[in-house]
Amino acid sequence: MNDFLTVSAYAGVTISIFFYLFGMFLKKKFKFGFLNPLLLAILFTIVLLLLSGVDYDTYNTGAKYLSWLLTPATVCLAIPLYEQIQLLKDNYKAVLVGIISGVFTSLFTIFVLALLFGLDHQEYVTLLPKSVTTAIGMGISEELGGYVTITVAAIVITGVLGNIFGEMILKIFHIKEPIAKGIALGSAAHAIGTAKAIELGEIEGAMSSLSIAVSGILTVVGASIFGMFL
Amino acid sequence: MKILRQFLIILLYSFIGEALNFFLPLPIPASIYGMALLFLSLMIGWIRVQDILEAGRFLIEVMPVMFVPAGVGLMTSWGILKPMLLPVSVIIVVSLITVMAVSGLSSQWIVQHTRKKEEDLSDE
Repeated sequence: MNDFLTVSAYAGVTISIFFYLFGMFLKKKFKFGFLNPLLLAILFTIVLLLLSGVDYDTYNTGAKYLSWLLTPATVCLAIPLYEQIQLLKDNYKAVLVGIISGVFTSLFTIFVLALLFGLDHQEYVTLLPKSVTTAIGMGISEELGGYVTITVAAIVITGVLGNIFGEMILKIFHIKEPIAKGIALGSAAHAIGTAKAIELGEIEGAMSSLSIAVSGILTVVGASIFGMFL
Repeated sequence: MKILRQFLIILLYSFIGEALNFFLPLPIPASIYGMALLFLSLMIGWIRVQDILEAGRFLIEVMPVMFVPAGVGLMTSWGILKPMLLPVSVIIVVSLITVMAVSGLSSQWIVQHTRKKEEDLSDE
């Protein structure tokens, strides 16, 4: 069985999409906020792999084609951004201030917590780029000499948590403006948070898409400065 | 053929992004280059939004599913993550909340402030 699954080009994709749609079904049926289709799909797939003894690389022979689509999908985030260009022009100050303060807060919080936990330099720079999109974050971690695998894990966990709890956090802090919602999600939880922002609305999605790019690029510069502090 | 043509344009921008990522010595991924270039092309009018709309909408709509393999990949990093679990978890949760609060509230304050100013102006 494992032999067949190792060569199967469709198993990984099929399982992933099936569990995602099953997650959507559960969310609609039970209407709990924490029933997040992405989280459910990840958990169900992990459980299935563990139960059947299939390892990740085997699963990924098929599932990698889903990841392959991420680059073209991210490129397409230019579309909502273009459609909201007027709004962007009218609110460029709010957008810039939101993203810049988000990048600074991320680096500063991680710096303070790293001091509190007594992390060494390598552990610190591993976590510095954890709020930005995976490809940029990996590059920064590598450049500064961090543990790239842990950086990737931290980035994915941040995104998934942002996707699940983002709406709740926005509510707690009374963030109601669509522009502000999008910037908060994109700055804190990159592309996975943006997937949630797109569900919330067109403005939220556009602002969140912009935040991924701008905060990612600012973090390249910011992280190399903050990397010198510890 | 329409969707195929749209998909070709999107792939072309992904490919140009890939090339820039390869040849420029910056840690900026192909997707961000592609997104910036596509946005510029739409602004300049090289590409009309209807030339990519259906395929683009579809890709954006199904985007969350594309993160499933990366999420499942966490099962392989469990061993490396375990010794740093406490600091990593606290840092992830605290920074997620603070970043969302600070960036959201600061931009919201400016949006509302600007709107109020405009309303005051139009009252006069």
